[in-house]
Amino acid sequence: MSPVLEVQDLHVTFAGRVGLGAGLLGRRGAEARAVDGVDLTVGEREVVALAGESGCGKTTLARTIMGLERPRAGRILFEGRPIGRNGLRAYRRNVQMVFQDPAGALNPRQTVYESVAEGLRVHGLHQDEEGRVAQALASAGLRPPERFFLLYPHELSGGQRQRVVIAGALVLEPKMIVADEPVSMLDASVRGEILSLLLRLRDELGLALLIVTHDLGLAWTVADRVAVMYLGKIVEVGPAEEVLTRPLHPYTRALLEVVPERGGDLAGRRVLAGEPPDPTRIPPGCRFHPRCPEVAEGRAAALGQEHRCLGEVPALREIAPGHFAACHLA
Amino acid sequence: MTLLSIRDLEVTYATEAGPVPAVRGVDLDVEAGQTVGLAGESGCGKSTIAHAILRLLPEGTRVTGRVLLEGEDVLSMSFGRLRAVRWDEAAIVFQGAMHSLNPVRRVGDQIAEAIRIHQAGATEGEALRRAAELVARVGLPARRAGEYPHELSGGQRQRVMIAMALACAPRLVVADEPTTALDVMVQAQVLALLEQLQAEMGLGLLFITHDLSVLRELCDRIAVMYAGRVVEEGPAASVLGAPGHPYTQALAGAFPSIGDPTDRRAPGGLAGDPPDPQRIPPGCSFHPRCPARFEPCDRVDPSLYPVDEGRRAACLLHDPARAGATT
Repeated sequence: MSPVLEVQDLHVTFAGRVGLGAGLLGRRGAEARAVDGVDLTVGEREVVALAGESGCGKTTLARTIMGLERPRAGRILFEGRPIGRNGLRAYRRNVQMVFQDPAGALNPRQTVYESVAEGLRVHGLHQDEEGRVAQALASAGLRPPERFFLLYPHELSGGQRQRVVIAGALVLEPKMIVADEPVSMLDASVRGEILSLLLRLRDELGLALLIVTHDLGLAWTVADRVAVMYLGKIVEVGPAEEVLTRPLHPYTRALLEVVPERGGDLAGRRVLAGEPPDPTRIPPGCRFHPRCPEVAEGRAAALGQEHRCLGEVPALREIAPGHFAACHLA
Repeated sequence: MTLLSIRDLEVTYATEAGPVPAVRGVDLDVEAGQTVGLAGESGCGKSTIAHAILRLLPEGTRVTGRVLLEGEDVLSMSFGRLRAVRWDEAAIVFQGAMHSLNPVRRVGDQIAEAIRIHQAGATEGEALRRAAELVARVGLPARRAGEYPHELSGGQRQRVMIAMALACAPRLVVADEPTTALDVMVQAQVLALLEQLQAEMGLGLLFITHDLSVLRELCDRIAVMYAGRVVEEGPAASVLGAPGHPYTQALAGAFPSIGDPTDRRAPGGLAGDPPDPQRIPPGCSFHPRCPARFEPCDRVDPSLYPVDEGRRAACLLHDPARAGATT
């Protein structure tokens, strides 16, 4: 499978905040390393879930892939060619983004038709506009499409609004969709329909999908591969069955422990204490070591690895075929 | 005596577009020391019930039925009595901790204020000491009581909200989506805290959420709401383990089990959306979306029929008069 998208050693930083006085004196805050050296590929017709807690950098990574943030270092390749100043427009046609909040993504004063046609107009595609809009709405499951043309967002349900947003992405016939928490604002009974739609688009239109989510259950439902991010770095990546049922990184294991499941028991599970540190203060060595149960409970020391956990940044190594983890103990 | 006993509660909001029936006849009990989950999707009426319990609904809202707190009807009590009951006997933890805390006051002072208003004898020093104790009780270092809300993370603020709810040692705590805005790891921390406090203090806990998967671990009993009514109610393990109502079944199916091959690439869910409360379908309100509907469902409005030990479901599949007739 040749990759549609390839991210190589990507770094994105934000200027740290300082007080007004310090700012006037020309002082600068510590840099926030939101994305701190990420490699990731998405193959043709592949569904990749990018998972992690809020603040781990997953949304910044998605926005950078979309060209909405400028990387400090690293490259993004689309079909083997680096994206840059030239060809950004064509790239944006090929890679479309679906945001989390369908109510916020649609202009309340625009009809469904106008919202979906907007992308065509931006890209100067005036031929057969009505046919293309109808086709996109139908692909997104809004049938018959003509019935939705003149409706406004407030006349639609949450699920229908998300379908309109997806139609707005599909109208440009992209090769890939980046979806940031596409169902987290939707009611549970409606989620399944939208996820089924995304899988159908992969099967019928051959789209590649990068789905950003905090929900590992969702990753199990839809993803071929899962990448787990912690504090700006991918700590584990591999086939969904592997990563979610045979996790190699202690952070992935901790995330899986707290997925509420039918039949689970709260009392018997280990919950990590504390919260991730902020990206201006990334711990040395393995960035997870201050919260890592393997370090806290002495297993890293027993294996003679604790000094490395504390002082040496672990590389992402292939432990099983296609299954990578960045842990000295893996 | 039952700690909280709701009987035939109906709540109708007055809006510009006319009356909106949000709760359409609900019975619900919470015993002392028990955790009851109230689940359903947005608009099903679950938060309206939380607000009705402490009479926090907007003026002009029509509320009928009874809300008995240790036998005393909240809906008919005097305002003075109601003020005493709020916090002292029943307290509520809301979803958005950021918006419920005063941003320009230290969190310890805010907890102490609640104590002093409700406990006439308490001096400022005593109230602050007790506030620091409560902050420690919910798992934060006591010194955090001296910080402002913006200095705390979302999970820490939600802990402060829980400390505040416990300030006057209430017997009932109503938690309305207390973990919805939190990350999974922090959500697990807050749930573990609630479970521990509930056990240690013998609280009655009414836990309201759209996320059924959270309830299984936390609750003794679960009530599932749809379109303003309870459609299934019973022990948590049986409601989620073997749902009696097709809606509960669909909700439970919306949360996959990681590792279960039947959930791979097969998102569960229902077609359609919950009904507009001003246009509730005739017959069973769930019938237009129901995968199991049969002939009379669009005409007959089912009541809660017994399913098994301690469990009832509002579905004609369980109507004893039709037993065996359909399946």
